[in-house]
Amino acid sequence: MVRGYKLNNNNVIRIRAALFNTSTHTNSEPAIKVQEEEHSGTQQPQATTTPKPKREPFVKNLFLGKFDKNVLAFPEVLDQERHELLHEMVVPIERFFNEQVDGAKIDDEAKIPEETLEGLKSLGLYGQQIPEEYGGLGLGATEYARIAEITSLDGGIAVTLAAHQAIGLKGIIIAGTEAQKAKYLPRLATGEWTAAFCLTEPGSGSDAASIQTSATLSDDGKTWTLNGNKIWISNGGYADLMTVFAKTKEMQRDGTMKDRVTAFIVERNYGGVTSGPPEDKLGIRGSNTCEVFFDNVPVPAENVIGEVGGGFKVAMNILNSGRFSMGSSGAGILKCVMKWAIEHANTRHQFSRPLSDFALIKEKFARMSVNIYAMESMAYLTAGILDGTQDPDCSVEAAMVKVFSSEGMWKWSSECLQVLGGLGYTKSYPYERYLRDARILLIFEGTNEILRLFIGLSGLQHAGLELRNLVKKLRNPLMNPGFILGKGIERFRQSKDNPKLDLGLSGHLHPSLMGGAEVLEYCVKRFQYAVETVLARYGLEVADPANQLEVARLADCAIDLYAMTAVLSRASRSHCIGIHKSDHELQLALFFCEEASKRVKIAVKDIEDGPFNSGDNVVTAIADEVLSNGGYVAHHPLTRTFW
Amino acid sequence: MSLRVLVGCKRVIDYAVKIRVRPDKLGVVTDGVKHSMNPFDEIAIEEAVRLKEKKIAKEVIAVSCGPTQAQETIRTALAMGADRGIHVEIPAKEMEKLEPLHVSKILAKLAEQEQAELVIVGKQAIDDDSNATAQMTAALLDWPQATFASKLEKTDGELEVTREVDGGLETIKVKLPAVVSSDLRLNEPRYATLPNIMKAKKKKIAKMKPKDLGVDLASHLEVVEVVDPPTREAGIKVEDVDTLVTKLKDAGRI
Repeated sequence: MVRGYKLNNNNVIRIRAALFNTSTHTNSEPAIKVQEEEHSGTQQPQATTTPKPKREPFVKNLFLGKFDKNVLAFPEVLDQERHELLHEMVVPIERFFNEQVDGAKIDDEAKIPEETLEGLKSLGLYGQQIPEEYGGLGLGATEYARIAEITSLDGGIAVTLAAHQAIGLKGIIIAGTEAQKAKYLPRLATGEWTAAFCLTEPGSGSDAASIQTSATLSDDGKTWTLNGNKIWISNGGYADLMTVFAKTKEMQRDGTMKDRVTAFIVERNYGGVTSGPPEDKLGIRGSNTCEVFFDNVPVPAENVIGEVGGGFKVAMNILNSGRFSMGSSGAGILKCVMKWAIEHANTRHQFSRPLSDFALIKEKFARMSVNIYAMESMAYLTAGILDGTQDPDCSVEAAMVKVFSSEGMWKWSSECLQVLGGLGYTKSYPYERYLRDARILLIFEGTNEILRLFIGLSGLQHAGLELRNLVKKLRNPLMNPGFILGKGIERFRQSKDNPKLDLGLSGHLHPSLMGGAEVLEYCVKRFQYAVETVLARYGLEVADPANQLEVARLADCAIDLYAMTAVLSRASRSHCIGIHKSDHELQLALFFCEEASKRVKIAVKDIEDGPFNSGDNVVTAIADEVLSNGGYVAHHPLTRTFW
Repeated sequence: MSLRVLVGCKRVIDYAVKIRVRPDKLGVVTDGVKHSMNPFDEIAIEEAVRLKEKKIAKEVIAVSCGPTQAQETIRTALAMGADRGIHVEIPAKEMEKLEPLHVSKILAKLAEQEQAELVIVGKQAIDDDSNATAQMTAALLDWPQATFASKLEKTDGELEVTREVDGGLETIKVKLPAVVSSDLRLNEPRYATLPNIMKAKKKKIAKMKPKDLGVDLASHLEVVEVVDPPTREAGIKVEDVDTLVTKLKDAGRI
């Protein structure tokens, strides 16, 4: 009855150990370090004084089949005053971007003009999330996300601003001391100083924990000497302040030295800091990207951010806190590009009819709308949780928003270009620039491959902990007959693809969305089953590089689940409060859920089938041959063996 | 001497919006349509704020007559640098019947109450294009007026104003107190920066009704009909000037 559980207490502890990397045998941290439950990294808006509710991480619990129904109430975190203020702020920013930003010129010259940067600074855009007491605007996640919809209308500007505040100076806000904040934030808020985030090195990209830049403490303990070089640093050519991550040695309890990562605030004027020439990039050409070299740079000891040796957590918290805004910025850009493409489709005639008459064209705009709706909903749901709960842990949700939005932007800006045909391919229209700008989104801020693994493994780790109790009961069937029986029935139903839908989600949504609620419940149940299957199948080996395809499948399901939750939650609210055209929203939400559930169904089936039946093993085999051959293996079709 | 400046700003349909005539043909559709401050009024506010920066003015008061949403317009003025605002509340229904004469009476009363020495308004609003408020306000106050200003300079007790007129530019001197209406080239208004928008939250906006100022809103004008301009017809090409002249004569144009 209870099928194939290879989990026993020991295995679960070992999975936990592997995923936490608490083993003392290895000298360096693993390739993929799953973030531990530290979530000190969020900036909350300052207006509220009432204590915020504490909630468990939503997506991580989905891996256990636990659905926090609070999330179905789409958050409204801005009070009237802040809401009005935000909308007042949007006006001059939109005007500035419409009137003063020449995207084509910026892309062509690979430079943002000084006047434009000055304009952005005087508008206050350099200090959006810096607290008011330090000269910033003190905006929360939701407000930041809304403004990102506008600032990302130019890719170069968007990245320049994000590199400065979403990552470059964020460490000081999240983990800095009062002294550090008071010393640096005011200048950074006005844009007098620009910041950059220096983590990546030529030999350490995704494998961020393997960085080689080193910092050695002087004998008097007052100065660190920094040596190394960083690559792909946005704003690296001229940033006055850099958050630099370097290897420091830490004495272990047993007397051995271990390498840890420490975060430092480094001023360019400390001396020894040089930058290479700007990289010539495919897109976001207005943004300055270059190598930065640190040659015996003296850094005062008080410039350590957080604790010595605690730099990796600081880095992860910083990156997690900015990611979600890609959803809103993506939606902002796509809405803009879509509008232009629709105008073309409505006016351009072929075969005596406007392009918009043709179903293949209609389909693009329909699917694009659904995708944008999902992107926006996820972004603002995540922002709402960040702003509205105490010590939120949205690391997985933010990663999901990033993966979904980056791929959506790449695909749909390409489709908009397609609608314009040859015209879209020329530089006289902005489509090709938006497409080129969009490509980086799948790469930076954590490649989508890494983030899928992060999503999958974080969830599995979380599930693995909880499953210890489950496993205890399974090992004592006679003491827990009711449980064993129940579990057995559950597994049997799952094997027939007929899980019991008992979450009661439809009670938390408008009745019009009942179909969507059922679909979501089904997917949640199937997903839970898939998680259990994967944990049972691999145990501690789930983090092994060879097993990534299954982990990625789980991640894709989880992304679809979160997206479904977000669209249903939002559509329900829109309809309940009587927002204009909410019927259209209902349609978008329900259609998304139908499509998503098809994907989830296939993914879960593939997981159930296992690598042998799903084709994963074949994929690996073909890849191995091709890779060891150094190229394509099959002989040319014209090859002959006899005449 | 330091002046107190009163600036009028009107909330109008945004210049970029495509206007649609209402089915009853007595106005245009305003529901759900994007509104913003009349561009000429932005120029007026900008000029007043610049006077303050040059220490010629000591206080800039922004006034708007309209429904609740007019406060957004006043807040924009505050974010640009005005010190305080006055919102003369007029319900949306009555806005359609609001005439330049009413606004002028209101502005004149406020100028007296607030002891303003300079009133600046936009030369005309882009919704009704009346080009009458500045002139009427000056007449009611019995103050000199300098309309279509494209340059403003203060000399002792006087203003030297360059005006944009049909024949070119005309420079006149007016004694203070005076009423000025701003034209396009007077200045380029600043963007309301986000920090200033936040600071503007703390600035005061006084609220009052027209009757508090002793102004009654009885109509003197009646809107008979609002229609779209006739759609442009196709033109014809002609071979030479003679044919052109003949055609024009035939059409009764010359």
